[in-house]
Amino acid sequence: MYQAALKVENLTIAYHKKPVVEDVSFEVPEGNLIGIIGPNGAGKSTLIKGILELIPKLSGEVTISGSSYKLMRKSIGYVPQRESVDWDFPTNALDVVMMGRYGHLGWLKRPGKAERHKAMECLDKVGMVEYANRQISQLSGGQQQRIFLARALAQEADIYFMDEPFVGVDAATEKAIIQLLMELKEKGKTVLVVHHDLSTVKEYFDWTMLLNKKVMKIGPTKEVFIPEYLQETYGGRLAILSDAQSGLLLK
Amino acid sequence: MNDFWIILVGALVAGSCSVLGCFLIVRKMTLIGDAISHSVLPGIVLAFLITGTRDSVPMLIGAAALGLLTVFLIQLFQSSGVQSDAAIGIVFTSLFATGIVLVSLYTQQIDFDLEHVLYGEIAYTPWNTMTINGFEAGPKAVWIVGSCFILNLILIFLFFKQFKLVSFDPSLAAAMGIPVLFFHYLLMSLISLTTVAAFDSVGSILVVGMLIIPAATAYLLSDRLSRMILVSIGIGILSSIIGYFSATVLDASISGCMVGAAALLFGLAFLFSPSHGLVSRFLKRRSAMESHS
Repeated sequence: MYQAALKVENLTIAYHKKPVVEDVSFEVPEGNLIGIIGPNGAGKSTLIKGILELIPKLSGEVTISGSSYKLMRKSIGYVPQRESVDWDFPTNALDVVMMGRYGHLGWLKRPGKAERHKAMECLDKVGMVEYANRQISQLSGGQQQRIFLARALAQEADIYFMDEPFVGVDAATEKAIIQLLMELKEKGKTVLVVHHDLSTVKEYFDWTMLLNKKVMKIGPTKEVFIPEYLQETYGGRLAILSDAQSGLLLK
Repeated sequence: MNDFWIILVGALVAGSCSVLGCFLIVRKMTLIGDAISHSVLPGIVLAFLITGTRDSVPMLIGAAALGLLTVFLIQLFQSSGVQSDAAIGIVFTSLFATGIVLVSLYTQQIDFDLEHVLYGEIAYTPWNTMTINGFEAGPKAVWIVGSCFILNLILIFLFFKQFKLVSFDPSLAAAMGIPVLFFHYLLMSLISLTTVAAFDSVGSILVVGMLIIPAATAYLLSDRLSRMILVSIGIGILSSIIGYFSATVLDASISGCMVGAAALLFGLAFLFSPSHGLVSRFLKRRSAMESHS
Protein backbone atom coordinates (compact mmCIF):
# COMPACT_ATOMS: atom_id res chain seq x y z
CA MET A 1 0.00 0.00 0.00
CA TYR A 2 1.29 3.45 -0.88
CA GLN A 3 2.02 5.60 2.10
CA ALA A 4 3.26 9.18 1.86
CA ALA A 5 6.40 9.96 3.88
CA LEU A 6 4.85 13.32 4.65
CA LYS A 7 1.28 14.43 4.20
CA VAL A 8 0.16 17.98 4.91
CA GLU A 9 -3.49 18.94 4.77
CA ASN A 10 -4.90 22.47 4.79
CA LEU A 11 -2.04 23.94 6.78
CA THR A 12 -2.43 27.66 7.54
CA ILE A 13 0.11 29.64 9.59
CA ALA A 14 -0.21 33.30 10.47
CA TYR A 15 1.96 35.92 12.17
CA HIS A 16 -0.10 38.58 13.91
CA LYS A 17 -3.22 37.40 12.07
CA LYS A 18 -1.60 37.86 8.66
CA PRO A 19 -1.42 34.50 6.91
CA VAL A 20 2.10 33.61 5.82
CA VAL A 21 1.32 30.11 4.65
CA GLU A 22 -2.21 29.66 3.41
CA ASP A 23 -4.19 26.46 3.14
CA VAL A 24 -1.28 24.32 2.02
CA SER A 25 -1.86 20.68 1.15
CA PHE A 26 0.62 18.29 -0.37
CA GLU A 27 2.09 14.81 -0.17
CA VAL A 28 5.68 13.69 -0.48
CA PRO A 29 6.59 10.12 -1.42
CA GLU A 30 9.36 8.29 0.42
CA GLY A 31 12.98 8.33 -0.72
CA ASN A 32 13.08 11.70 -2.42
CA LEU A 33 15.23 14.78 -2.24
CA ILE A 34 12.84 17.70 -2.41
CA GLY A 35 13.78 21.32 -2.94
CA ILE A 36 11.41 23.98 -1.62
CA ILE A 37 11.85 27.16 -3.60
CA GLY A 38 10.05 30.45 -3.91
CA PRO A 39 10.62 34.20 -3.60
CA ASN A 40 11.65 35.95 -0.36
CA GLY A 41 8.78 36.03 2.09
CA ALA A 42 7.05 33.11 0.39
CA GLY A 43 6.91 31.27 3.70
CA LYS A 44 9.47 28.55 2.98
CA SER A 45 11.01 28.48 6.46
CA THR A 46 7.63 29.13 8.02
CA LEU A 47 6.21 26.08 6.27
CA ILE A 48 8.93 23.86 7.76
CA LYS A 49 8.55 25.37 11.22
CA GLY A 50 4.80 24.97 11.00
CA ILE A 51 5.10 21.31 10.05
CA LEU A 52 7.45 20.76 13.01
CA GLU A 53 5.09 22.72 15.31
CA LEU A 54 7.79 25.21 16.22
CA ILE A 55 5.32 27.97 15.54
CA PRO A 56 1.57 27.73 16.14
CA LYS A 57 -0.65 26.92 13.19
CA LEU A 58 -4.17 28.22 12.66
CA SER A 59 -5.34 24.97 11.12
CA GLY A 60 -4.12 21.86 9.38
CA GLU A 61 -3.04 18.26 9.82
CA VAL A 62 0.42 16.80 9.43
CA THR A 63 1.03 13.07 9.20
CA ILE A 64 4.37 11.34 8.86
CA SER A 65 4.31 7.83 7.37
CA GLY A 66 0.65 7.67 8.25
CA SER A 67 1.00 8.58 11.95
CA SER A 68 0.45 11.86 13.68
CA TYR A 69 3.47 14.12 13.93
CA LYS A 70 3.77 13.88 17.72
CA LEU A 71 4.23 10.10 17.61
CA MET A 72 6.92 10.34 14.96
CA ARG A 73 9.28 12.88 16.55
CA LYS A 74 12.11 10.37 16.84
CA SER A 75 12.09 9.73 13.13
CA ILE A 76 12.42 13.40 12.25
CA GLY A 77 15.69 15.22 11.70
CA TYR A 78 15.91 19.02 11.63
CA VAL A 79 18.61 21.43 10.52
CA PRO A 80 17.67 24.99 11.45
CA GLN A 81 19.20 28.01 9.74
CA ARG A 82 22.79 28.38 10.81
CA GLU A 83 22.36 31.95 12.04
CA SER A 84 19.52 30.90 14.33
CA VAL A 85 21.94 29.84 17.08
CA ASP A 86 24.72 31.62 18.98
CA TRP A 87 28.04 30.18 17.79
CA ASP A 88 29.82 31.76 20.76
CA PHE A 89 28.04 29.26 23.01
CA PRO A 90 30.59 27.51 25.25
CA THR A 91 30.70 24.07 23.63
CA ASN A 92 32.67 22.09 21.08
CA ALA A 93 31.81 20.41 17.79
CA LEU A 94 31.47 16.91 19.24
CA ASP A 95 29.07 18.11 21.91
CA VAL A 96 26.83 19.83 19.36
CA VAL A 97 26.64 16.64 17.29
CA MET A 98 25.80 14.65 20.43
CA MET A 99 22.80 16.92 20.91
CA GLY A 100 21.28 15.08 17.96
CA ARG A 101 20.87 12.06 20.25
CA TYR A 102 19.04 13.90 23.05
CA GLY A 103 15.61 13.16 21.59
CA HIS A 104 16.33 9.43 21.89
CA LEU A 105 17.53 9.61 25.49
CA GLY A 106 14.32 10.37 27.34
CA TRP A 107 14.01 12.68 30.34
CA LEU A 108 16.79 11.60 32.65
CA LYS A 109 19.35 9.54 30.75
CA ARG A 110 22.60 11.39 30.17
CA PRO A 111 24.57 11.15 26.94
CA GLY A 112 27.40 8.63 27.35
CA LYS A 113 29.79 6.43 25.44
CA ALA A 114 27.29 5.20 22.86
CA GLU A 115 26.25 8.76 22.03
CA ARG A 116 29.87 9.89 21.79
CA HIS A 117 30.65 7.00 19.46
CA LYS A 118 27.67 7.76 17.24
CA ALA A 119 28.60 11.45 17.16
CA MET A 120 32.18 10.66 16.09
CA GLU A 121 30.80 8.47 13.31
CA CYS A 122 28.64 11.32 12.07
CA LEU A 123 31.53 13.79 12.31
CA ASP A 124 33.49 11.39 10.14
CA LYS A 125 30.72 11.36 7.52
CA VAL A 126 30.98 15.13 7.15
CA GLY A 127 34.78 15.07 7.23
CA MET A 128 35.08 16.90 10.55
CA VAL A 129 36.63 14.31 12.89
CA GLU A 130 39.77 16.36 13.49
CA TYR A 131 37.62 19.28 14.63
CA ALA A 132 35.72 17.28 17.27
CA ASN A 133 37.22 19.15 20.22
CA ARG A 134 37.26 22.54 18.54
CA GLN A 135 35.30 25.32 20.20
CA ILE A 136 32.42 26.03 17.78
CA SER A 137 33.16 29.76 17.50
CA GLN A 138 36.48 28.87 15.89
CA LEU A 139 34.86 27.04 12.98
CA SER A 140 34.22 28.62 9.58
CA GLY A 141 30.67 29.03 8.28
CA GLY A 142 31.01 25.95 6.12
CA GLN A 143 32.38 23.89 9.00
CA GLN A 144 29.54 25.03 11.25
CA GLN A 145 27.05 23.93 8.64
CA ARG A 146 28.76 20.53 8.44
CA ILE A 147 28.44 20.22 12.21
CA PHE A 148 24.73 20.95 11.94
CA LEU A 149 24.43 18.30 9.26
CA ALA A 150 26.35 15.78 11.38
CA ARG A 151 23.97 16.53 14.24
CA ALA A 152 21.00 15.80 11.97
CA LEU A 153 22.65 12.53 10.89
CA ALA A 154 23.03 11.63 14.56
CA GLN A 155 19.25 11.94 14.89
CA GLU A 156 19.02 8.83 12.64
CA ALA A 157 15.77 10.04 11.19
CA ASP A 158 13.64 8.84 8.30
CA ILE A 159 12.62 12.28 7.19
CA TYR A 160 14.81 15.38 7.31
CA PHE A 161 13.89 19.05 7.20
CA MET A 162 16.73 21.43 6.33
CA ASP A 163 16.42 25.19 6.37
CA GLU A 164 18.81 26.80 3.85
CA PRO A 165 21.76 24.46 4.46
CA PHE A 166 23.71 25.98 1.55
CA VAL A 167 23.67 29.59 2.70
CA GLY A 168 27.11 31.07 3.31
CA VAL A 169 29.08 27.87 2.78
CA ASP A 170 32.09 27.34 0.54
CA ALA A 171 31.87 25.35 -2.69
CA ALA A 172 33.59 22.29 -1.21
CA THR A 173 31.13 22.14 1.68
CA GLU A 174 28.18 22.58 -0.65
CA LYS A 175 29.42 19.63 -2.67
CA ALA A 176 29.99 17.51 0.45
CA ILE A 177 26.52 18.32 1.77
CA ILE A 178 24.69 17.52 -1.45
CA GLN A 179 26.60 14.24 -1.70
CA LEU A 180 25.43 13.28 1.79
CA LEU A 181 21.86 14.23 0.98
CA MET A 182 21.99 12.02 -2.10
CA GLU A 183 23.27 9.15 0.05
CA LEU A 184 20.41 9.65 2.48
CA LYS A 185 18.00 9.49 -0.42
CA GLU A 186 19.61 6.27 -1.70
CA LYS A 187 18.95 4.76 1.72
CA GLY A 188 15.25 5.53 1.29
CA LYS A 189 15.18 8.64 3.49
CA THR A 190 13.11 11.65 2.58
CA VAL A 191 14.84 15.01 2.63
CA LEU A 192 13.13 18.41 2.30
CA VAL A 193 15.46 21.33 1.72
CA VAL A 194 14.61 25.04 1.70
CA HIS A 195 16.70 26.33 -1.17
CA HIS A 196 17.16 29.65 -2.89
CA ASP A 197 19.74 29.09 -5.59
CA LEU A 198 17.68 28.41 -8.68
CA SER A 199 20.71 27.53 -10.80
CA THR A 200 21.32 24.28 -8.89
CA VAL A 201 17.74 23.06 -8.49
CA LYS A 202 17.80 20.76 -11.51
CA GLU A 203 21.11 19.25 -10.51
CA TYR A 204 20.26 18.65 -6.83
CA PHE A 205 16.62 17.76 -6.41
CA ASP A 206 14.51 15.04 -7.94
CA TRP A 207 11.37 16.71 -6.66
CA THR A 208 10.63 20.41 -6.43
CA MET A 209 8.02 22.40 -4.56
CA LEU A 210 7.25 25.89 -5.79
CA LEU A 211 5.90 27.91 -2.90
CA ASN A 212 4.50 31.40 -2.63
CA LYS A 213 2.19 31.42 0.37
CA LYS A 214 0.38 28.56 -1.32
CA VAL A 215 1.89 25.55 -2.99
CA MET A 216 1.99 26.61 -6.62
CA LYS A 217 3.29 23.27 -7.86
CA ILE A 218 4.92 20.15 -6.47
CA GLY A 219 6.22 17.15 -8.36
CA PRO A 220 9.23 15.73 -10.19
CA THR A 221 11.64 18.57 -10.96
CA LYS A 222 11.46 17.87 -14.70
CA GLU A 223 7.73 18.56 -14.73
CA VAL A 224 7.60 21.39 -12.22
CA PHE A 225 10.74 23.44 -12.74
CA ILE A 226 9.66 25.04 -16.01
CA PRO A 227 9.53 28.72 -16.96
CA GLU A 228 5.76 28.95 -16.97
CA TYR A 229 5.34 27.73 -13.37
CA LEU A 230 8.37 29.65 -12.15
CA GLN A 231 6.97 32.91 -13.53
CA GLU A 232 3.69 32.15 -11.83
CA THR A 233 5.48 31.52 -8.50
CA TYR A 234 7.76 34.53 -8.66
CA GLY A 235 5.05 36.82 -9.98
CA GLY A 236 6.76 37.41 -13.29
CA ARG A 237 9.79 38.97 -11.62
CA LEU A 238 12.28 36.52 -13.13
CA ALA A 239 14.31 37.05 -16.23
CA ILE A 240 14.55 33.64 -17.80
CA LEU A 241 16.83 33.04 -20.70
CA SER A 242 17.28 29.90 -22.70
CA ASP A 243 20.55 28.20 -22.06
CA ALA A 244 21.89 25.11 -23.71
CA GLN A 245 23.30 23.56 -20.56
CA SER A 246 20.88 24.05 -17.70
CA GLY A 247 17.88 24.94 -19.80
CA LEU A 248 17.37 27.94 -17.57
CA LEU A 249 19.48 30.87 -16.64
CA LEU A 250 18.04 33.21 -14.15
CA LYS A 251 18.78 36.67 -12.99
CA MET B 1 32.35 31.15 64.54
CA ASN B 2 30.41 34.18 63.33
CA ASP B 3 33.01 34.74 60.62
CA PHE B 4 32.41 31.22 59.42
CA TRP B 5 28.62 31.61 59.28
CA ILE B 6 28.78 34.86 57.37
CA ILE B 7 31.25 33.46 54.84
CA LEU B 8 29.14 30.31 54.50
CA VAL B 9 25.95 32.28 53.85
CA GLY B 10 27.80 34.46 51.34
CA ALA B 11 29.29 31.43 49.61
CA LEU B 12 25.92 29.65 49.44
CA VAL B 13 24.23 32.72 47.94
CA ALA B 14 27.12 33.15 45.52
CA GLY B 15 27.00 29.46 44.59
CA SER B 16 23.22 29.39 44.01
CA CYS B 17 23.30 32.55 41.95
CA SER B 18 26.33 31.70 39.87
CA VAL B 19 24.91 28.34 38.70
CA LEU B 20 21.79 30.02 37.36
CA GLY B 21 23.73 33.04 36.12
CA CYS B 22 25.56 30.83 33.59
CA PHE B 23 22.29 30.12 31.82
CA LEU B 24 21.37 33.80 31.83
CA ILE B 25 24.73 34.62 30.24
CA VAL B 26 24.62 32.03 27.48
CA ARG B 27 21.02 32.93 26.71
CA LYS B 28 21.88 36.64 26.70
CA MET B 29 19.21 37.28 29.31
CA THR B 30 21.15 38.80 32.20
CA LEU B 31 18.75 41.72 32.45
CA ILE B 32 15.98 39.28 33.30
CA GLY B 33 17.83 38.32 36.47
CA ASP B 34 18.04 41.97 37.40
CA ALA B 35 14.34 42.40 36.63
CA ILE B 36 13.20 39.40 38.67
CA SER B 37 15.26 40.41 41.66
CA HIS B 38 13.39 43.73 41.78
CA SER B 39 9.89 42.67 40.83
CA VAL B 40 9.59 40.01 43.56
CA LEU B 41 9.03 42.87 46.04
CA PRO B 42 5.21 43.10 45.67
CA GLY B 43 5.09 39.30 46.03
CA ILE B 44 6.92 39.50 49.35
CA VAL B 45 4.68 42.32 50.56
CA LEU B 46 1.48 40.57 49.48
CA ALA B 47 2.54 37.34 51.15
CA PHE B 48 3.25 39.33 54.29
CA LEU B 49 -0.10 41.12 54.16
CA ILE B 50 -2.05 37.91 53.60
CA THR B 51 -0.34 35.76 56.20
CA GLY B 52 0.65 38.49 58.63
CA THR B 53 3.96 36.84 59.40
CA ARG B 54 7.48 37.15 58.16
CA ASP B 55 7.59 33.41 57.74
CA SER B 56 9.84 32.38 54.86
CA VAL B 57 7.64 29.87 53.05
CA PRO B 58 4.74 32.17 52.06
CA MET B 59 7.25 34.80 51.07
CA LEU B 60 9.09 32.35 48.85
CA ILE B 61 5.81 31.38 47.19
CA GLY B 62 4.75 35.00 46.76
CA ALA B 63 8.09 35.94 45.28
CA ALA B 64 8.21 32.95 42.94
CA ALA B 65 4.72 33.80 41.68
CA LEU B 66 5.75 37.40 40.98
CA GLY B 67 8.95 36.20 39.33
CA LEU B 68 6.93 34.08 36.92
CA LEU B 69 4.48 36.92 36.34
CA THR B 70 7.44 39.14 35.44
CA VAL B 71 8.74 36.66 32.88
CA PHE B 72 5.27 36.09 31.49
CA LEU B 73 4.57 39.83 31.10
CA ILE B 74 7.96 40.45 29.50
CA GLN B 75 7.31 37.72 26.95
CA LEU B 76 3.79 38.98 26.33
CA PHE B 77 5.08 42.50 25.56
CA GLN B 78 7.95 41.21 23.44
CA SER B 79 5.71 39.04 21.32
CA SER B 80 3.37 41.99 20.78
CA GLY B 81 6.18 44.05 19.32
CA VAL B 82 7.57 46.03 22.28
CA GLN B 83 11.38 46.19 22.12
CA SER B 84 13.00 43.50 24.21
CA ASP B 85 14.93 45.71 26.66
CA ALA B 86 12.06 48.20 26.90
CA ALA B 87 9.69 45.36 27.81
CA ILE B 88 11.99 44.27 30.63
CA GLY B 89 12.37 47.84 31.89
CA ILE B 90 8.66 48.54 31.85
CA VAL B 91 7.68 45.36 33.64
CA PHE B 92 10.16 45.38 36.47
CA THR B 93 10.01 49.07 37.30
CA SER B 94 6.21 49.02 37.44
CA LEU B 95 6.12 45.89 39.61
CA PHE B 96 8.83 47.27 41.88
CA ALA B 97 6.88 50.53 42.16
CA THR B 98 3.74 48.58 43.02
CA GLY B 99 5.69 46.91 45.80
CA ILE B 100 6.89 50.24 47.16
CA VAL B 101 3.38 51.71 47.07
CA LEU B 102 2.06 48.64 48.92
CA VAL B 103 4.73 48.96 51.58
CA SER B 104 4.07 52.67 52.08
CA LEU B 105 0.28 52.14 52.20
CA TYR B 106 0.41 49.54 54.92
CA THR B 107 3.45 50.68 56.75
CA GLN B 108 1.42 51.92 59.74
CA GLN B 109 -0.52 48.71 60.28
CA ILE B 110 2.37 46.36 59.96
CA ASP B 111 5.94 46.21 60.96
CA PHE B 112 7.62 45.96 57.61
CA ASP B 113 10.97 47.47 56.97
CA LEU B 114 11.52 48.29 53.31
CA GLU B 115 15.12 49.05 54.05
CA HIS B 116 15.53 45.56 55.40
CA VAL B 117 13.84 43.84 52.46
CA LEU B 118 16.03 45.67 49.98
CA TYR B 119 19.29 45.87 51.81
CA GLY B 120 19.14 42.90 54.17
CA GLU B 121 22.39 42.81 56.10
CA ILE B 122 24.53 39.71 55.92
CA ALA B 123 26.43 40.74 59.06
CA TYR B 124 23.36 39.99 61.21
CA THR B 125 22.72 36.48 59.88
CA PRO B 126 24.62 34.57 62.62
CA TRP B 127 22.22 35.90 65.29
CA ASN B 128 19.01 34.91 63.54
CA THR B 129 19.25 31.24 64.47
CA MET B 130 16.94 28.30 64.12
CA THR B 131 16.13 25.61 66.65
CA ILE B 132 14.92 22.18 65.61
CA ASN B 133 13.45 20.08 68.49
CA GLY B 134 15.34 22.14 70.99
CA PHE B 135 18.64 21.80 69.16
CA GLU B 136 20.49 24.88 68.15
CA ALA B 137 20.71 24.34 64.38
CA GLY B 138 22.73 27.34 63.34
CA PRO B 139 21.65 30.47 61.45
CA LYS B 140 18.33 30.30 59.66
CA ALA B 141 19.85 31.85 56.54
CA VAL B 142 22.25 28.92 56.17
CA TRP B 143 19.31 26.55 56.03
CA ILE B 144 17.22 28.60 53.63
CA VAL B 145 19.99 29.56 51.22
CA GLY B 146 21.61 26.14 51.59
CA SER B 147 18.47 24.27 50.55
CA CYS B 148 18.10 26.66 47.66
CA PHE B 149 21.67 25.91 46.54
CA ILE B 150 21.09 22.17 46.73
CA LEU B 151 17.77 22.43 44.87
CA ASN B 152 19.44 24.39 42.08
CA LEU B 153 22.29 21.90 41.82
CA ILE B 154 19.99 18.88 41.72
CA LEU B 155 17.66 20.30 39.07
CA ILE B 156 20.45 21.60 36.86
CA PHE B 157 22.29 18.28 37.19
CA LEU B 158 19.22 16.14 36.42
CA PHE B 159 18.08 18.19 33.43
CA PHE B 160 21.45 19.43 32.25
CA LYS B 161 20.99 18.19 28.69
CA GLN B 162 17.58 19.84 28.41
CA PHE B 163 18.75 23.15 29.88
CA LYS B 164 21.74 23.10 27.55
CA LEU B 165 19.85 22.32 24.36
CA VAL B 166 17.04 24.75 25.19
CA SER B 167 19.69 27.46 25.65
CA PHE B 168 21.73 26.66 22.56
CA ASP B 169 19.11 25.67 20.01
CA PRO B 170 15.52 25.99 21.25
CA SER B 171 14.02 25.12 17.88
CA LEU B 172 15.81 21.76 17.71
CA ALA B 173 14.80 21.13 21.31
CA ALA B 174 11.17 21.85 20.44
CA ALA B 175 11.33 19.64 17.36
CA MET B 176 12.59 16.80 19.58
CA GLY B 177 9.64 17.24 21.89
CA ILE B 178 11.55 18.82 24.79
CA PRO B 179 9.11 21.24 26.49
CA VAL B 180 11.07 24.44 25.88
CA LEU B 181 8.66 26.74 27.71
CA PHE B 182 8.56 24.48 30.74
CA PHE B 183 12.32 24.61 31.14
CA HIS B 184 12.30 28.35 30.54
CA TYR B 185 9.82 28.86 33.35
CA LEU B 186 11.59 26.33 35.56
CA LEU B 187 14.81 28.34 35.25
CA MET B 188 12.92 31.55 35.97
CA SER B 189 11.25 30.00 39.03
CA LEU B 190 14.64 28.93 40.35
CA ILE B 191 15.93 32.46 39.87
CA SER B 192 12.93 33.93 41.69
CA LEU B 193 13.29 31.45 44.53
CA THR B 194 17.01 32.01 44.87
CA THR B 195 16.56 35.75 44.73
CA VAL B 196 14.06 35.90 47.52
CA ALA B 197 15.75 33.25 49.64
CA ALA B 198 18.89 35.34 49.56
CA PHE B 199 17.19 38.75 49.64
CA ASP B 200 16.02 38.60 53.19
CA SER B 201 19.35 37.63 54.63
CA VAL B 202 21.94 39.28 52.43
CA GLY B 203 20.21 42.03 50.44
CA SER B 204 19.65 42.63 46.77
CA ILE B 205 23.07 43.98 45.76
CA LEU B 206 24.72 40.66 46.54
CA VAL B 207 22.04 38.70 44.64
CA VAL B 208 22.10 40.79 41.49
CA GLY B 209 25.88 40.93 41.49
CA MET B 210 26.33 37.21 42.03
CA LEU B 211 23.76 36.33 39.35
CA ILE B 212 25.80 38.04 36.69
CA ILE B 213 29.45 38.65 37.57
CA PRO B 214 30.83 35.15 38.40
CA ALA B 215 29.05 33.65 35.38
CA ALA B 216 30.37 36.39 33.10
CA THR B 217 33.86 35.74 34.46
CA ALA B 218 33.52 31.99 33.96
CA TYR B 219 32.37 32.62 30.38
CA LEU B 220 35.75 34.20 29.67
CA LEU B 221 37.62 31.28 31.22
CA SER B 222 35.87 28.16 29.90
CA ASP B 223 34.90 26.64 26.58
CA ARG B 224 32.34 24.12 27.83
CA LEU B 225 29.07 24.89 29.59
CA SER B 226 29.60 22.25 32.29
CA ARG B 227 33.04 23.63 33.12
CA MET B 228 31.72 27.17 32.99
CA ILE B 229 29.20 26.30 35.73
CA LEU B 230 31.89 24.81 37.98
CA VAL B 231 34.24 27.74 37.42
CA SER B 232 31.37 30.13 38.08
CA ILE B 233 30.53 28.48 41.42
CA GLY B 234 34.20 28.54 42.37
CA ILE B 235 34.52 32.23 41.55
CA GLY B 236 31.32 33.00 43.46
CA ILE B 237 32.59 31.25 46.58
CA LEU B 238 36.07 32.77 46.25
CA SER B 239 34.52 36.25 45.93
CA SER B 240 32.59 35.83 49.15
CA ILE B 241 35.72 34.74 51.04
CA ILE B 242 37.90 37.55 49.66
CA GLY B 243 34.99 39.96 50.13
CA TYR B 244 34.48 39.06 53.76
CA PHE B 245 38.09 39.51 54.76
CA SER B 246 38.54 42.74 52.85
CA ALA B 247 35.38 44.02 54.52
CA THR B 248 36.83 43.28 57.98
CA VAL B 249 40.07 45.00 57.05
CA LEU B 250 38.31 48.01 55.54
CA ASP B 251 35.47 47.95 58.08
CA ALA B 252 33.05 48.30 55.15
CA SER B 253 29.81 46.69 53.92
CA ILE B 254 30.29 42.93 53.63
CA SER B 255 27.87 42.40 50.71
CA GLY B 256 29.42 45.34 48.93
CA CYS B 257 32.92 43.94 49.34
CA MET B 258 31.84 40.48 48.17
CA VAL B 259 30.44 41.92 44.95
CA GLY B 260 33.49 44.14 44.67
CA ALA B 261 35.72 41.07 44.91
CA ALA B 262 33.69 39.38 42.18
CA ALA B 263 34.09 42.44 40.00
CA LEU B 264 37.83 42.44 40.62
CA LEU B 265 38.07 38.79 39.57
CA PHE B 266 36.10 39.63 36.44
CA GLY B 267 38.57 42.40 35.69
CA LEU B 268 41.47 39.98 36.00
CA ALA B 269 39.80 37.46 33.69
CA PHE B 270 38.97 40.22 31.23
CA LEU B 271 42.63 41.18 31.06
CA PHE B 272 44.37 37.83 31.40
CA SER B 273 42.03 35.06 30.18
CA PRO B 274 44.09 32.78 27.93
CA SER B 275 41.47 32.74 25.17
CA HIS B 276 39.40 35.92 25.56
CA GLY B 277 41.70 38.21 27.57
CA LEU B 278 42.83 41.60 26.30
CA VAL B 279 46.48 40.91 27.07
CA SER B 280 46.64 37.49 25.44
CA ARG B 281 44.80 38.80 22.39
CA PHE B 282 47.29 41.66 22.16
CA LEU B 283 50.23 39.26 22.45
CA LYS B 284 48.74 36.95 19.83
CA ARG B 285 48.21 39.82 17.43
CA ARG B 286 51.76 41.03 17.95
CA SER B 287 53.31 37.61 17.38
CA ALA B 288 51.13 37.18 14.29
CA MET B 289 52.38 40.52 12.97
CA GLU B 290 55.97 39.60 13.71
CA SER B 291 55.74 36.27 11.96
CA HIS B 292 54.27 38.11 8.97
CA SER B 293 57.07 40.62 8.64
